[in-house]
Amino acid sequence: MTEQAIAIAAPPVPRQRPWVLLLKGTWRQGRTKVGVLIVVALVAIAGVGPFFAPYAPDAPVKHGNGEFALPFEPPSSYAPLGTDNIGRDVLSRFLWGGRSVLALSVLATALGAILGIGVGLLAAYSRGMGDEVVMRAMDVVLAFPQLVFALVLVATVGPSLWLLVLAVGLTTMPRVARVTRGASLEVVERDFIRAAESIGLPKRKILFGEILPNVTSPLVVEVTLRLTFNIAVIAALSFLGFGLQPPAADWGLMVNENRQGLLVGQPWGVLLPVIAIGLLTVGTSLIGDGFSRAAIGIERGSGGD
Amino acid sequence: MTDVALEVENLRVVLENTEIDIVDDVSFSLVPGEILGLVGESGSGKTTVGLAILGHSRRGASFAGGSIRIAGEDVLAKSEAQLRSMRGRVVSYVPQDPASALNPAVRIETQLNETIQAHRGSNGDVRGRLNEMLAEVLLPQDKEFLRRYPHQLSGGQQQRVALAMAFANRPRVIVLDEPTTGLDVTTQAHVLATVRDLCEAHGVAAVYVSHDLAVVANLASRVAVMYAGRVVETGPTQTLFLRAAHPYTRRLVEAIPELSGRHALVGIPGTAPRSGHRPTGCFFAPRCTFAQPTCELALPPRELVAGGHEVRCYRHEAVLQESLAARAAATPPAEVKAADGLVAVRGVQASHGPRQVLFDVELVVRPHECVALVGESGSGKTTLARCIAGLHANYEGDIAFRGSQLPAGSRARDRETRRQIQYVFQSPYSSLNPRKTIEQIIGQPLRLFFDLGGSEARSRMVDTLETVQLGPSVLDRYPHHLSGGERQRVAIARALVASPQLLICDEVTSALDVSVQAAIVDLLADLQRELGLGLLFVTHNLALIRTLAQEVAVMSEGRIVERGLVDRVLDRPSAEYTRKLLSDTPSLETALAAAT
Repeated sequence: MTEQAIAIAAPPVPRQRPWVLLLKGTWRQGRTKVGVLIVVALVAIAGVGPFFAPYAPDAPVKHGNGEFALPFEPPSSYAPLGTDNIGRDVLSRFLWGGRSVLALSVLATALGAILGIGVGLLAAYSRGMGDEVVMRAMDVVLAFPQLVFALVLVATVGPSLWLLVLAVGLTTMPRVARVTRGASLEVVERDFIRAAESIGLPKRKILFGEILPNVTSPLVVEVTLRLTFNIAVIAALSFLGFGLQPPAADWGLMVNENRQGLLVGQPWGVLLPVIAIGLLTVGTSLIGDGFSRAAIGIERGSGGD
Repeated sequence: MTDVALEVENLRVVLENTEIDIVDDVSFSLVPGEILGLVGESGSGKTTVGLAILGHSRRGASFAGGSIRIAGEDVLAKSEAQLRSMRGRVVSYVPQDPASALNPAVRIETQLNETIQAHRGSNGDVRGRLNEMLAEVLLPQDKEFLRRYPHQLSGGQQQRVALAMAFANRPRVIVLDEPTTGLDVTTQAHVLATVRDLCEAHGVAAVYVSHDLAVVANLASRVAVMYAGRVVETGPTQTLFLRAAHPYTRRLVEAIPELSGRHALVGIPGTAPRSGHRPTGCFFAPRCTFAQPTCELALPPRELVAGGHEVRCYRHEAVLQESLAARAAATPPAEVKAADGLVAVRGVQASHGPRQVLFDVELVVRPHECVALVGESGSGKTTLARCIAGLHANYEGDIAFRGSQLPAGSRARDRETRRQIQYVFQSPYSSLNPRKTIEQIIGQPLRLFFDLGGSEARSRMVDTLETVQLGPSVLDRYPHHLSGGERQRVAIARALVASPQLLICDEVTSALDVSVQAAIVDLLADLQRELGLGLLFVTHNLALIRTLAQEVAVMSEGRIVERGLVDRVLDRPSAEYTRKLLSDTPSLETALAAAT
């Protein structure tokens, strides 16, 4: 009676890797497409914009007669969007100034995500005392407002870019860690973790090979959200003068430098970077929203049987 | 008023906005006080029918025809508001998991009061009625008990509270959806007796939804067997089990484990077709041994075999020719020659936190021997199994493997030891990582223990899958593409691929349907014989072990109360606890014998 052929019904769904399904589900939504469009456009401006900039970022605008332009000149044929507070081309500085905001916020978020995911997985898996110690340490970091923490760090050590990334990355860590831990707590109780333990799978592989793939959906959502916040934080820190130092071009810095332009009728030096930063956060949060909706859909789709 | 309590006629439920039916052409009726067992494997539509009686359809499903009349009124024609006023008063429901049906933040007393007041208003002797309700379900009536929260009750008590609430307003019809699935046999026996008494005393008609035929045989006076959304056979309990006219019913009966263990357990190969994937003709034909080409042409009509006994099968006359008694006899487990223990547990004490769960436990599993470890939930049997597997390190005492002492905890053991002791978990829904393909899951032990990868690993996997009767096509699937039985086979394959000497199976069939359970037990018995494994089979079901194990150890409250050869323990139990366990185990044979 052992000769029973077990017929397996053809699977009703195409066999695809779960993350492919997540990406597809995300892309299927209108909001994701809008978000991606915005983000791609801004990344393109920041990435290839400098090649199209009429001036070097720190070069003064020269009129045809060889004279240097005045501060806050309105748009003219020499400076398509006018000049800034010391007579440089607003458009050129805008095209040059996106790289730092984007690069710094992506780096900081990546740092925070890597640390946070590691800490969160470890806390959830060790449970008990280990969990307590790690998560209370995270709470300590969390107790500092993100901006204040970065300010204190930068004010003590002095402004440098790696410090900015470190400061924002560190304050991102506990938030990612909490979400990772929360999602993983339920996963570590399941028997496949016991199965992995019983055959002696190394702890590192249990954390990143067994648990992590089961919490990717909430993590992708959280990390996208953190990126949105970090773009704003990095821009704010640059605005306060803790980011790139003059005369380098940077969107946050531009807003600060050209504040007075608003009063004298040359708003472009402020408006351009503000709109860009605003759109960037809207774009990333739309993508994050798309992810979170798709993640819920995926959970519903596969949990039913 | 008629003397029919419930009448279901040609009920059809479809997936919303489609013509794909979940159940179709379901008809039955009940008189007051009658209990109907609605039986089928998971996915057969039995719960859909149960919920339909309350006028409820699950999300994504809708009623597409037929009628359900309770005391003459059509439930399906009612508005949502009318249904609300009916539920609990005219028709009520007892769910599978009582813990999810009770509000965890509200005291028992408040919840019971709500039930009474919902339909009667607050006037009248609520307190007296409350005591009456509690007495009916044999729960204590003191203040202290009433002030408890649901989590302070045992599973059996929770289910009694749910029963009390369901019977509170003397409904005409009550639907019980596998209410004893999560309970121990002893508790199950008590709950079933309560249901039977209450239905009889108050003339309540009950629909008892279950996949456990042994339970149904003990409780119901009539049985309807569902398969792929249709009632394939219905009739008086005895007729149905003794003279089943549908091949599917026969296979279900053959899949039931019996304490006497005279018959081999035979699973039903294949899986039931899901809605939308059902063949033309008889849905059971692809799995049926009686099938003829004509069976595949059209769905068989309902035919009357005898009084009240209806069947949907073209071949029922041929089926009836074959006596049920002609079941294949069980292959007795092989004799074990005296040998040194493979695993010897001596004086083990273990605790969960401050609570001690194992007291001075002794157990020996010899090579090529299967030892069954039997006990109710909370008896410590899983903890003992986990101590041996290295998953529970908090114990004192001595566990020796092939003569040398095992360190506590799998991390303290060497690779070879970990390879030789393999563990199969209770629920295949939880023991396989949902984000990995079967190839990744089975490949892991191969990489870890033999440093195998690539094509050699793949051919080993294919071989191992063959021993658990799965084809190589499952390798690139994810667990959720497989049925419960297939997942458990994968879990067994993952253990076997390590070529273990000791296989620990922890309640490996309790999350599965009866027919699948039979197939898995049969598979384990064969594997144990062929591969010469030492097998520790942990279960709560005494009926399962006769065909599988040579020795049995019965556990209760952290102690082994009886140990010995299976036949001796089952036929002449010496411990009081074993006797009680045996008498509470629902049995088709005794139920049918008692009725004649």
